[in-house]
Amino acid sequence: MTLSVQHLWLIPALPLAAAAVGAVLPRSGRVPAASAAIAAMGAAFVLSCLALNGALADPARHAVHNFAWFDLGHGAVMLGWLLDPLTAFMCVMVTFVGLLIFVFSLGYMRDDPHFARFFCFLSLFAAAMLGLLVANSLLLLFICWELVGLASYLLIGFWFHRPAAAAAAKKAFLTTRLGDLGFLLGLLWLYDSAGSLLFYDAGRGVLESGVLAGLTAQTVAGGLALSTAIGLLLFCGAVGKSGQFPLHVWLPDAMEGPTPVSALIHAATMVAAGVFLVARLYPLMAADQALAAVPVHALTVVALIGAVTALLGAVIAVAQDDIKRVLAFSTVSQLGYMMLALGVGAWTAAIFHLLTHAFFKALLFLGAGSVIHAAHHEQDIRRLGGLRTRLPATYRTFVIGMMALAGVPFLFSGFWSKEAILHAAHGWTVSPLPLWAGLAAVALTAFYMTRLVAETFFGSPRSPAAAHAEESPAVMRIPLVLLAGCAILLGFLGTPAWPWLQARLAGAPLHGSLEHLFEGGGLMLLSIALVGAGIGLGWRFYGRRPRASAAAADPLAAASPTLMAALAARLGCDEFYAATVGRLHALAAAVADGLDRWVLGAAVSGVGLLGQFGGVVSRENDEGALNGGFDAAGAGLRGAGRSYARAQTGRVHGYLRALAVAFVVLGLVLLAGGVP
Amino acid sequence: MNLLPWTIYVSFAGALLALAAGARSAAAARGVALATALAGWALALAAAADFAPGPGLQPLVDVPWIRGFGIRYHLAADGISLTLVMLTGLAATAGVLFSWNITDRPGAFFAYYLALIGGVYGVFLSADVFLFFVFYEIAIVPKYFLIARWGSTRREYGAMKLALYSFAGSALVLVGLLWLYAATGAAGFGLSELARAAAALPREPQLAMFGLVFLGFAVLAGLFPFHTWAPTGHVAAPTAASMLLAGVVMKLGAYGCLRVAMVVFPDALAWWQPILAWLALVGIVYAGLVALVQDDLKFVIGYSSVSHMGFVLLGLAAANLQSVAGAVLQMFSHGVIAGLLFAVVGRMVYERTHTRRLDDLRARPLHRLLPFAAVVFVAAGVASMGLPGFSGFPAELTILIGTWQVSRTWALVAAVGVLVAGAFTLRAIQVSFFGRSAADAGPDAGSHPLDPITWPERAGALLLLAATLLVGLKPDLLLDWIIPSLQSPLFQAILKGGAS
Amino acid sequence: MSPLHLCLLLSTGLFCIGLAGALSRSNAILVLLGIELMLNAANLNFIAFWRYGPAPSAGAGVVFVIFTIAVAAAEAAVGLALVIALHRHRRNLRLPEATRLKG
Repeated sequence: MTLSVQHLWLIPALPLAAAAVGAVLPRSGRVPAASAAIAAMGAAFVLSCLALNGALADPARHAVHNFAWFDLGHGAVMLGWLLDPLTAFMCVMVTFVGLLIFVFSLGYMRDDPHFARFFCFLSLFAAAMLGLLVANSLLLLFICWELVGLASYLLIGFWFHRPAAAAAAKKAFLTTRLGDLGFLLGLLWLYDSAGSLLFYDAGRGVLESGVLAGLTAQTVAGGLALSTAIGLLLFCGAVGKSGQFPLHVWLPDAMEGPTPVSALIHAATMVAAGVFLVARLYPLMAADQALAAVPVHALTVVALIGAVTALLGAVIAVAQDDIKRVLAFSTVSQLGYMMLALGVGAWTAAIFHLLTHAFFKALLFLGAGSVIHAAHHEQDIRRLGGLRTRLPATYRTFVIGMMALAGVPFLFSGFWSKEAILHAAHGWTVSPLPLWAGLAAVALTAFYMTRLVAETFFGSPRSPAAAHAEESPAVMRIPLVLLAGCAILLGFLGTPAWPWLQARLAGAPLHGSLEHLFEGGGLMLLSIALVGAGIGLGWRFYGRRPRASAAAADPLAAASPTLMAALAARLGCDEFYAATVGRLHALAAAVADGLDRWVLGAAVSGVGLLGQFGGVVSRENDEGALNGGFDAAGAGLRGAGRSYARAQTGRVHGYLRALAVAFVVLGLVLLAGGVP
Repeated sequence: MNLLPWTIYVSFAGALLALAAGARSAAAARGVALATALAGWALALAAAADFAPGPGLQPLVDVPWIRGFGIRYHLAADGISLTLVMLTGLAATAGVLFSWNITDRPGAFFAYYLALIGGVYGVFLSADVFLFFVFYEIAIVPKYFLIARWGSTRREYGAMKLALYSFAGSALVLVGLLWLYAATGAAGFGLSELARAAAALPREPQLAMFGLVFLGFAVLAGLFPFHTWAPTGHVAAPTAASMLLAGVVMKLGAYGCLRVAMVVFPDALAWWQPILAWLALVGIVYAGLVALVQDDLKFVIGYSSVSHMGFVLLGLAAANLQSVAGAVLQMFSHGVIAGLLFAVVGRMVYERTHTRRLDDLRARPLHRLLPFAAVVFVAAGVASMGLPGFSGFPAELTILIGTWQVSRTWALVAAVGVLVAGAFTLRAIQVSFFGRSAADAGPDAGSHPLDPITWPERAGALLLLAATLLVGLKPDLLLDWIIPSLQSPLFQAILKGGAS
Repeated sequence: MSPLHLCLLLSTGLFCIGLAGALSRSNAILVLLGIELMLNAANLNFIAFWRYGPAPSAGAGVVFVIFTIAVAAAEAAVGLALVIALHRHRRNLRLPEATRLKG
């Protein structure tokens, strides 16, 4: 059984219908809202599996179904659905992870008064995300892209009464919108030069060779190929959405949302949309590779941004004390990995990592959610500890997730996807930087994840909340177990010996054999050694002698206080933005009293301070100069009236005399001029 | 189609009836008003049902009026008029619903209100420029009285400023048109006659006349730097009048720019194009920035209207098929969305809390006290930011597509304007409705529940929301009228002028 | 000196007397009288120009004068009503003191 491309719209439409149901239900409609959301997600998962089944029958085929949205005179603006293995794999992942997170939320959000609304927003998000995946038109993709941003805004700010959550929501929305500005301009440019926004359209689509040849043939300012310029503009959108340097600042703050939201949106799916975008547009991004005489290739920029982000995120994660923030920076770092993979040309490896990462990072976030739920919303790892015995199921699954993320060899999925990326980076001839950054991030990832596990689960409880933690209910444990299973098994879909996933994604024939398993063995040994070193060091610092109390100093901070302080402060990125592009961080903290300034700050776009200045000047100008003119005219009229009124003395003789004088003057004039 | 002129007559008749009914009771007056507005809208819908989209104005009525000057009572419609007539019917109906609580001389209020509506219908249907002008003035006068009599904050000031700006703009238009009439000895004031006469003129006078007429109309469309009447006028006006002012009256100006200035002087547009486009762009960004620092919620929305009307003017200035079609679509979209925003702020919030200051609103758990208003305001804000799903998105997208073909810099600046719109809209939403939770608000705030939202308010809000969603999801409902109209010979000269 | 000139001299004299009276007297009735004199001077001019003018048979001058007399009668009625009202309010008719209509 398969799902044909004409009916692909059902996959996003089901959660959308669930969102609509949730929107009209009263607040007391908890059960119907949640069951509608979960049922819709389950049905979407089934449909996605059917779609995948159909897509795998002919992996090289891009099945499309296009239709006109509206007519613009010179041709219709088209939208459409696209079914290929990339779409299908992503849909299955999103619906499956989404379904588990929905179920988990039943437990996590049980006591929240806005339970129904939460499921409504989650369904809205899922609908937009799935719409993004099935789009065959850059415009439809952009539409859904904006809608996932909106849903993300609503969900980060779900607890809007907390100023930090409200500020984080706005920061996330505006920062990603800054990236979307580039996306929009790229879209306009592409539409103008290609005349279409469809990806595949029987030879006329923008990802098909005919159009691409036209795009690479033209050059724009600076000698860039047109396709490079458009690709880089579109990449801006991906940078914003996927938390890449330098727009990564919103992602850690987004952890103010409920933890299932962090797991679904800010770890597994939405933030990966940027990676998906670049993978989807890969033919366009790579179109300039054949040109030699251009100053820069689009993919080179992607690779370098990804490398910087991978390293930066991993370094900062070492010094974070909030369990969710460690994971958030780890997400930033892993997304950097994926971008790096895309940049060096291994887009199938990037999607492989995207899929494995989605499962184990959702697992880690849900595990963190379970810890937070059990410990009465205590998120500071310095105040946790000793949870290994109190939360055995959470502990076991969390460790599996940690091993997958750290890349513990052979058994865990993260190892295989990460190896594929490192292997590709090794083969990249332009620059060795991505490889070095990737290897450094491997060691750092192993280190900070060991630290996280050791601080949270080992030692003794360091706060009353941790001491009285109780294991979460089954509705939260079961998703953890299922995700843990996936975190292990998924890796075997893409080992070098049997790269089934990569072959299916690329639509290429599968050449599997056991002798490829240890291909590039030297690099693999090196990365295994780095993982071992990271875990070993982490255990040495944090596991062997667990901290005694919450106030005890961090062993690394004791060794190098300045460095750790700088890392804990996220290398001052936020301060940098605060000082340069709009005082984002400081102003967001000042919600209570700085409402003018902090909105301007969030406008980010480099107009920050200038914008405030401009706003004030404009208002003064309005009230002073422009109003002034009209006010002055009015005052003049009034003054003239007053002075004429003075002539009205009320004395009849005065009037008569004036008449007489006027008569005499008239007579004189007539006499002087001669009577006609 | 022949039903369309009746929208005018019904509205004026309704105005007289409302005046008479107001002497009996407020309920009678608003009943008459609602019936009239609905009748006008129904007529527009019925006319739309048998409208055949095609190039050119389709004549409705054409009889001589003032023979000495060749002035005719000439009504005609094309897809653009129909779109705006539809908007007027919708906004008028919603406006009556949001004026349900008027108790101060309701008869006079609704009489002025309906007279304004009648004038607006007349403007959108006139094919004779002199007649156009007459209806235009008819629309301006009741507006003054609505604001000065039923308004709030600094109402005389706002009303007088609005009236002065409007009349100054009209004067410019009149001078330009009379100059043209005198200089060419045109046979009449028909659009095509004037256009033919203008084409025979030398270039310099054409440029000057176009400037007079376009800028005169653009004053009412809120073109920077002639926009300052708009925020003060909006703030001072009673809710229904704000809705009409932002929703419909500002469109009169933009419509005049398109229908009269650009059609009559197509050759002058090329010279004026960069100036007008940059004024529009400055307006988009500038008004957005000003909106960021306002303390009064209604001022925020007033300035946002200026910013969004900047998109309309940019679309007109870019002058190609896409951009002008987008501009017309944006007129509709902004009319609906601004009406919705003003309805929430002016009617739902202000008349219950008696404050619009953001600092005061933030102190109340408004999302808890007025959940329906909160949902509507969020939806309207999202629509106003130009997010997909609502009508603002296809409108601004088509304007940008068209603008991009003329100048990439313009498109870039306009896109920055979209970003600024996101910033000030989010601020307005968060601070006004979601300033604090019910739990941590003071004990006094929670203990004074506000009056619940009444059914006319719900109906009006849902009506407008449905309209913006419908057009957002299926923009070809309107574009299928607009685009063929733009392909008529009248517009060909302009649209050619815009292509780079 | 032709009869026309004599008539004009007479009317000029009448006018000047009326003007002087209207300007110099403070009693409202006397001022009204002066104004009536000036009106009649104008009437005399009309008649004179009609009688010695180019078309003595047309009758335009007489019509003018009849109109003027009618207007003057109405004016006298209104003026006297004002005078009575003034007297009732102020118990005198001194115009320099009646300045309540000042702007």
